[in-house]
Formats: sequence, structure tokens, C-alpha cells
Amino acid sequence: MYNPTVARLTYRALLGRRRAAILFVLPALLLLIAVAVRAFNGVDDQVASDVLGGFAIATMVPLIGVIAGTGAIGPEIDDGSIVYLLAKPVKRPTIIVTKLIVAIAVTMAFSAVPTFVAGYILNGNGQQIAVAYTVAALVASIAYAALFLLLGTVSRHAVVIGLVYALVWETLFGSLVPGARTLSVQQWSLALAERIGGEGMITSDVGLPLAVALLVGVTLLATGYAGQKLRTLTLAGEE
Amino acid sequence: MSTVHIDHASRWFGNVVAVNDVTMTIGPGVTGLLGPNGAGKSTLINMMGGFLSPSTGTVTLDGETIWRNESVYRQIGVVPEREAMYDFLTGREFVLANAELHGLGAREAQRALATVEMEPAQDRKIATYSKGMRQRVKMASALVHDPSVLLLDEPFNGMDPRQRMQLMDLLRRMGGEGRTVLFSSHILEEVEQLASHIEVIVAGRHAASGDFRRIRRLMTDRPHRYLVRSSDDRALAAALIADPSTAGIEVDLQEGALRIQAVDFGRFTELLPKVAREHSIRLLTVSPSDESLESVFSYLVAA
Repeated sequence: MYNPTVARLTYRALLGRRRAAILFVLPALLLLIAVAVRAFNGVDDQVASDVLGGFAIATMVPLIGVIAGTGAIGPEIDDGSIVYLLAKPVKRPTIIVTKLIVAIAVTMAFSAVPTFVAGYILNGNGQQIAVAYTVAALVASIAYAALFLLLGTVSRHAVVIGLVYALVWETLFGSLVPGARTLSVQQWSLALAERIGGEGMITSDVGLPLAVALLVGVTLLATGYAGQKLRTLTLAGEE
Repeated sequence: MSTVHIDHASRWFGNVVAVNDVTMTIGPGVTGLLGPNGAGKSTLINMMGGFLSPSTGTVTLDGETIWRNESVYRQIGVVPEREAMYDFLTGREFVLANAELHGLGAREAQRALATVEMEPAQDRKIATYSKGMRQRVKMASALVHDPSVLLLDEPFNGMDPRQRMQLMDLLRRMGGEGRTVLFSSHILEEVEQLASHIEVIVAGRHAASGDFRRIRRLMTDRPHRYLVRSSDDRALAAALIADPSTAGIEVDLQEGALRIQAVDFGRFTELLPKVAREHSIRLLTVSPSDESLESVFSYLVAA
């Protein structure tokens, strides 16, 4: 279910594009904020939690998920170069799973690692806050990568839809409409963080069992559907 | 030796019919798929390449359904029309990746690059390649696994004459080796230089099939229509109608011109200037009024 050649092409396509700059800019911004907050505010567990929850988990992880998830397949479908993968005796689900693994790895590398480092800078992992948010970033990376990879296979406007989901749904609606929070990758991942972090430091609107079930379910469904979609992907000619 | 069978295949997009009940068999040797732009050539090639499902009918390779069957790609090599490839790779990296996806390695990739004579530029990024070089690298990527069927969509588009000749030589060689080579083109001369067998597609329908000489004759022996203006239209008309190469002449008073229907194309084109000179008539306009490729093809459909 994993093809190293597909993986290599996907990595190089993902990191070689101009869009990839965002992958570096957002983590850099997080670290900058962490250093600034620590310098001006000193160590404060609540502030550390607010920064990681408010910027890292709510904004950075979904955005990096959009870039990595849609970027792992969308441009190839758009410009037609996916033909070179499809015209091979390689199972289509293998292509999807490989691309998913790459998207997950890239999202994790660019979101969980900086979250962990930022957590250490903010309060030295006091109350397990750095670890808690890192775990949240890791699991969210999996679900986001799967969701946005699917989006990349079904729509030419994957990036825009992904951004709308990440910014409007997760950030705006999530804070205004309580029900929307139940259907939010961010809240599911926070349910895990809630368990790890110090008492009362991190809260999620979703219970842990439901959150885990939804995370696993969404990831599997999205991946399965994307594989199906690729099997019947039709490449319309120029005419 | 492999054969592609298309059996009563149609394909529509919404309510646009791109391919309409086409039945043909593509066997070993070079076959040209000829038709005007938008005739359905790409749709047909995409169905043969397994990138489109026929709406009705079947497309098979040696009896095996092509659609949703990844194993056929062990025998099929595809050269798509679209330019996009992995531009951030070098030619060698790209062909090697294609070889690996077939479970092959550097040796096969190198052999394919040598076949298309791309070794000198193989370590440059594809983004820096000319159109002809891209086309050759695409060819190499389709040849790595030594396929018995090669499908090429408009392979000569944008190539200069020398590149065109090289590719033609290569395809001829492939066909000579007993491979099934199918390429599409909207240019008659291209097809006739390369293919001994031609399939003609017009407006989604299979218009003609067979030896290129027969089809060429059908295309050139049709009546040609010309619009001619001269210093003395009636004198010219009288002189021309005396020759058997002219089937009819209408004096169009409104246009102030002659509408001439010629049956023997070659003879008429020699006759017209000769007659004009003999009668001291000055030719002001000579324009073929139905020379567009579409009209040539539509004549063929009617034939």
C-alpha cells in the first residue's frame, strides 16, 4: 500500500512549489510569537495554552493541512500530469495511501514539531502543555491530511474550499455556534490534549471516545473515498 | 503482438456526444487517427488508454477490458497531448520514476532515454526543455517498459520539421518491430507520411478506415470550389467550361465573381493560369471556397 516512487514525486512536488513557503512561514511565525510572549510576559501556563490553542491548533495546523493535503494531489490532477502515475500497473488505492502518508508526514513535521518547540519556549512544558498540544497537532494532522487530500481529488477549488473550512468553519463558526464545534477536527484533537494537559488548562467540547471515533472514521472514510475517486478519475481531453 | 478493439463505443459528456458508435480494430503497425480538431480523437485515445470509460460499448486490449484495469499498462505506453509533466525533475529522474512505477530500474530508463536520443540533455530540469525535447522525454517515459501498444495524442504538435522527422523515424521503427502504434493528428500530410493504415474520425463518427492512398484519393478527387474574380469574367468562364476539368461555372453578379466547380483538381490548377494568359485576362482573385479541413472531412463522410 506504499509506493516509494510515488512518495518521492509527491514530496518533491509539495516542497518544490512556491506555495510551500507557507509551510515555513507559519511555524516561523509561531516561534516568533512564542519568543515574544515569553520575553515580554514571562512564564504563564494559561498564556502558553492560549497561544498554542489559539494560533497553533486553531490556525496553523489546519492551514498547513490544506497546503499539504490538497498539494499532494490537486495540482497533478489539475494539470494532467497524474496521467504518468495512472498509466502504470500500480493500484490506485496505493497511490492515494502513499500520498496520504506523505501529506500526513509533511503536516506533522511542519505543525507538530514547531508546536512542541513553541510550547517549550513558552513555559518549558509546564502542566504538560507542550506535549498535550503536540499530540493534538499530530492527530489533527492525520485527519486534516486525509480530508484535504480527498478535497484535492474531488474539486479544482480544493485550496479555496480548504481555506474556507479551516478559517471560517474551524475558527469563526467554531467560536460562535456551539454545534459546529462538534464537527471540528480541532475540537476532536483538543479532546486528546485535554486528557494530557494539566487540570483545566485545555478544554474541548467533544468527549474523548466520540472524538477518537470521529477522527478515525473521518480519516478512513476520506481515504477510502479518495481511492475510489481516483479509480474512476476521468481525464477529459482538450476538446 | 497486441490488438485494441473498440466495439460500438460511444462517449458523451452531458448531452454532448464526443464519440458516436465507433467500431474499429487497431493492430500491429502504425495507424493514424485522423480528424479535424474537436472530432473526438482525444476522447477515443483516452478510452483506449483507460482514462475514460465508454458510455456504451467496449474498449478492450486482446480481449481484456481496459477501463479500471491497471494491469493493461504492462502492455500499453501512453504519450499524452498535455504538456504538463513533473517539471521540477530532470529528464533522467522523470524517466527513472516512470521505470520504477513499472517495477523496473535505471538500466531500462537509460535505454529509453537513448532510444529517443535524450541522453545529452537528460540531467537538465524538464522546465528548461523545448517542446520537442519534452515530447521525446514523454516518449521515453512511455517506452521504458517496452510496451506492445503505444498510444500518442497529437505527438507532432508544435514540433519543428527536424524533430518531426526524428519522431516519425522512431514510430516507423516501432511499428516495424510489430508494435501496435496509434497516433492522432489533424494534419493529413503528417498521417500519410507515417501511417500505412488510417482511421478517420469526423464529428465523433468513424468516417473512413483503410489504406491511406484510397483515403487520399477520396479527399483530393472531390469537386473543388473556387471563387475567381478577373478582368473579364464571362470570357474566362467561356474558356474554362470548354475543358473537362471544370464541371460548372456560375456567374455571380452580386459578388462580381465566378463560382467554379472543378472536378480534376490537379488539371484545373494548371488550366486556370494558362487560359487567363492565352486570353489576356487578368486574374484578380482566386480563392478556394471550401478548402477548410472540415469541408474536406465532411465530403469524406458523405462519400
